[in-house]
This record gives sequence, C-alpha cells and structure tokens, in this order.
Amino acid sequence: MTDPHPDLECRDLTKDYDAFRAVDQVSFDVPQGSFFSILGPSGCGKTTLLRMIAGFQSPSGGDLRIKGKSMIGVPPNKRPVSMVFQHLALFPTMNIGDNVGFGLRQRRVPRAEIRARVESVLERVGLPGVSARRVDQLSGGQKQRVAIARCMVLEPDVLLLDEPLGALDLKLREHMKVELKSLQAAFNTTFVYITHDQSEALVMSDNIAVMNKGRFEQIGSPHDVYHAPTTAFVAGFVGDANRIDARVARVDGRTLTLTAEAGGDIHVEAADTGLRVGEKAQVFLRPEAIALATTGEGQGPNRQRAQVDSVLFNGANSSVTVRADDGSVFKVALPQTGEFAALRRGDTVFTQWDPRQARCYASTGG
Amino acid sequence: MRADASRLGFYLLLAPILLWLVVLIILPHIGLFVVSISEKVGPREYETGFANYAAFFTEPLYWRTFARTAIMSIAATALTLILGFPIAYYIAKLTRGRTKTTLFLMCMIPFWVSELVRTFGWMILLRETGVISNALQSLGLVSGPVELLYNDAAIMVGLVYTSILFMVVPLVTTLDSLDDSLIEAGYDLGASSTAVMREIVIPHAMPGIVSGCIVVFMLSLGNYLTPILLGGKDSLWFTGMIYTQFITRFNWELGSAFGFLLLALSSLVIFVGLKLSRQSLTDTMGRA
Repeated sequence: MTDPHPDLECRDLTKDYDAFRAVDQVSFDVPQGSFFSILGPSGCGKTTLLRMIAGFQSPSGGDLRIKGKSMIGVPPNKRPVSMVFQHLALFPTMNIGDNVGFGLRQRRVPRAEIRARVESVLERVGLPGVSARRVDQLSGGQKQRVAIARCMVLEPDVLLLDEPLGALDLKLREHMKVELKSLQAAFNTTFVYITHDQSEALVMSDNIAVMNKGRFEQIGSPHDVYHAPTTAFVAGFVGDANRIDARVARVDGRTLTLTAEAGGDIHVEAADTGLRVGEKAQVFLRPEAIALATTGEGQGPNRQRAQVDSVLFNGANSSVTVRADDGSVFKVALPQTGEFAALRRGDTVFTQWDPRQARCYASTGG
Repeated sequence: MRADASRLGFYLLLAPILLWLVVLIILPHIGLFVVSISEKVGPREYETGFANYAAFFTEPLYWRTFARTAIMSIAATALTLILGFPIAYYIAKLTRGRTKTTLFLMCMIPFWVSELVRTFGWMILLRETGVISNALQSLGLVSGPVELLYNDAAIMVGLVYTSILFMVVPLVTTLDSLDDSLIEAGYDLGASSTAVMREIVIPHAMPGIVSGCIVVFMLSLGNYLTPILLGGKDSLWFTGMIYTQFITRFNWELGSAFGFLLLALSSLVIFVGLKLSRQSLTDTMGRA
C-alpha cells in the first residue's frame, strides 16, 4: 500500500457548456481501496463529473489521473474504470453470463477462462449459478449485483457508480447500502459513488465530497461533513437543520451573541467564523442537538419557551415542530424514551441547546 | 343486453377488415387458382391439370426471369439495408429534437410525388441524352453519349430509391427504443465501436431489420413500374411477364400460374429469412 499515486486524482477539472460551467475547478484525490461519495442536489454537476471520469465527456480544462496516468484524451473503452449506470444498463439481448463476460470477451480472453471468471465473480456477489438466466428473470437487487459483477470481473482500478440505488424501493435500498459497502471491502476496489441521497453517502463512504453549483463545498469523512460542515450549504444540505437568520450583536473570542431576525438572543460558540459585529449570519442547528423539557426549570443559554406546532411521528426518527414565543419555528428530534409520548399539539415545552452544537456562517445573501 | 350490444359493435368493427380480406384477397386468389389449373385444350374447352405450371419449368425464359427477379430483389433488399441502416442510426441516435424531425420528414418528401413521376425523374438523369451523360461529356470524361438506362444497375437504383423509406422507418423506431446507456456501457466495458454495433445495437435492432427487409423484399418482388421503365427489354422482371400473359397474350391461365408461383416464392423467401434471423412474424411485423 505504498503506491505513491492515489487511484484517482483530479486537478482543477472544469467542464464548460455554451453559457454555463457545469463543473468548476474541482480537485480531489481518492486513495486506493476507499469509498468516495460525491453528494449534491440534482443539477450540481456530479453526473457530468462522473461522466468525465468514465470518459464519456471530455473536460474543458484541468487534469484527471488514474494511478498517476493522465486520462485526458483516452477514450472510455481504454480507461481502467468501469461504471455502474443509473438504470444498470444490463444488455437485455444477452443472458446473465454473457452480460458479465462481455468485457472479458472484448479483451479476447479464452472462452474457458471467461466462464470460470464469470462463475467466480457471480459467486462473490452472492449469485452463483445464474449465468443461463435472462436479465428480466432477476429481481432489482439481483440485477444490481450483476451490474457490479459485470464491472468487477474486469478488475478496474476505479469503479464508478451513478446513483444505482435510486430505482429500488426503500427496504431494498437500505439493504443494498450495507451490501455495497461490504462488496467494496471484499473487492478492495476504489469506489466513486454519486448520489443526492445523503444517507447513502453517510452510511457507505470513507470520504464524502459535497458538491454544489459545479464546485466542491467540502471534502471530508461522513462524521466531519455532518458535524463540522465548513459552509452554510453543507450544513443545510447534509442532514436536517434549523436555519436561523441573525445579525451579530457581540463577539467575545469564540463566543458570539447574535440577534435573531425574529428577535431574541442566540449564543453560539464557534472558532474562526470571521464574523464581525453588525454582519448578517446564518445559524444552523441540528434537530437532535436541541433538548426538550416539559418544565421550565434550570438555567443556561439558548433557552426558550415554545408551543408544539405539530408532532411528526416517524418511528425512531420522530420529531416535533415547535413555535417559540418570538414566532420562530424549530424542528426538534423527539427522543423515543417514553418521556414525550403524550406530547400533543399546543402543549408548552422548553427548548435548550448547547452553544457549541450550532454552526454559524456569514450570510451569503441567499 | 349490454353484452349483445358490445358484441354487435365488435362485429361491425370487424366487418370492413373481413370484407376486405374475403372480397379483395381470398376470393380473387381462389378464382386465380382455379384459372391457373385449367388447361386450354381447344376453343372454349378446358381441362383441369398442371400444364401451366409445367410450361413454366420447361421454358427457360420463364424460370430464369423468375430466378433473376428473386435474386435481384434479395440484392436490392440487402443494399437498402446497408444504405438505410446508417441513415436510421444517424436519425435515431445522433440527432435530437428539430433536426431529427426534419431529417425524418426529408426521407418522406419524395413520397409526395407519384412513383411514376419519380421513375421518370430517374430516366431523365440516366438516359443517353440525360443529365449524367451530358455532364460526363462536358467534363471530358467520356467521348460520346453513355446509356445508363435499361440495365440491372438502373433497376437496382430505382428499387432501392423506391423502398428505402420502408427500411428507414422501422429501423428508426427500433433504434429509438435502444437506451443510450447500453451503448455507453458497451464502450465502458472496453468494446470497440464495431463490437458495440455487432453485440449491442444490431441484436437490439433485429426485429426492425427483419420487418424492414420483409417489406422491402415484397415491394421489390412485386414492383412493376420501376423494372419496366428503368430495365426496359434488356432486364426482364417477373411481374412484367405476368402482365404480358394477361394483357398481351391473353393467356390468363399461364398468368395465374405465374402469380401463384410469385406468391409461393415470396412466402418461401420470407420464411427462410425469418428462420435464419431467428425472428417470428408476430415479433417483427407486430411491432413495426
């Protein structure tokens, strides 16, 4: 594992269409054997980026290296990458064995060896003995695994996945997330996965890049991206967050005091926000960072009395929206410990949160 | 009551097609068959027998023309496929939106003009004093007028021109239904353009190819106008012989036998074609 080159390196990769820049100077490295996700809303340029890595689109600028070799000008059929397409793109005119063996046939591998390798890769994805079946005889999850097997049999340096779980139903999607992760670990291949579904990215990835308007907002571990977002976009996009528009009233070292637009003071502890008194700011607060109490005892910062607006029951992910006395609305995670089982609309509750749990960014005007 | 009413509606809707089939196809063919197995033994005297069919096999001109017609129709079908496939692929896969509609319409525009007029157009181009001959002379490439009409090549040009639309339409339809990501997946897995064509595009387009070929083959085999006008007396076509028997020779018996032989030929060729391409008639014609 002392390969000096990461499996995939992008340097200032840019793609311009006529009047608009789809991918804007993106740079990142993906080390060997890691699971890298690119997370972003639709239209953020993530598909264009993936298609440039696969070779279906050529970048307008920048460099793209796989195992240290530049891929600029290399056609897709000569690149050591394979792609799992959004709708899998299994060939309906071939059976499963021919689908998986397609790439090996193109490499003129002897027929007996193809058969052996196809069988062994199908076994590794947990589908032994399906070679002779037709594509439409498989279930959604099985097709998924065949599509991965079809790529993995070629032993690519990088496997690209274009939202392959999008078409599956919820239960299967949850299952495939875990399975994809374990397949990745078993094959020890570098995966680059694009998705707009944050939970897919958070569960599976070693590293996540959050993409917005053609740029990478942040690259980091799922933990960092969730708990230490570096920009307002990341804080708002990854996970649920309450956004409070406010104006800085006082700066005291790491502690900021802000006045919310609805009125009321907010205390936030954050380093290096670069905010000065009088500037507009956005404060992001996770629903699970807010503590609920039914009685108003105790002291502390960021304590508010509020009215329950609605109870959103969703099993373990239940939450309530509360309307504070100043009119601002918060979403608060509802602990399923039984304490709040009787909470109803109109009840009075008290919310409180730790100043260190909030994130504060200069307002971008949006 | 309701069931009776809907049943009545069903029969009423079925009536035109049944009438068409029975009155215009089945009855005339029964009549033709009866005529074809009557032998003329004297004035207004007929006997039942296969002498008309025997005449076909004993006279080399008849069966040679028959074989020529078959082979040239197959060749015209193959040529139409070779020319039509790239056109269809371009329209279906490489163009979008307005360009696609425009190109598709441009394929159809020649059909606004009657076949007769279009064929005369070719004659103006190809004849001895025609456009191409004059152009070659003025360029100094040939010393005297050249006759490009009245040969097999002229017939071929005319047949391909007349029938290419019937190849392009089913091909565009099937190629349109091919998901682009399948082609990309092929490239992604290391296939060359030829391999993608051979292993992904053509297997997918097979029903369209076969249905286009069937239509073009039948149109060519049964074409009368193009071979007669462009081929003249030097390139005979079997439909011309049928015409001669019926109209010139007034030998309806032999003409009917020829008609049945042509029907048998087209059925046989299509049957063999379907077997070779492992397609079924319902798959191909049902979709197009």
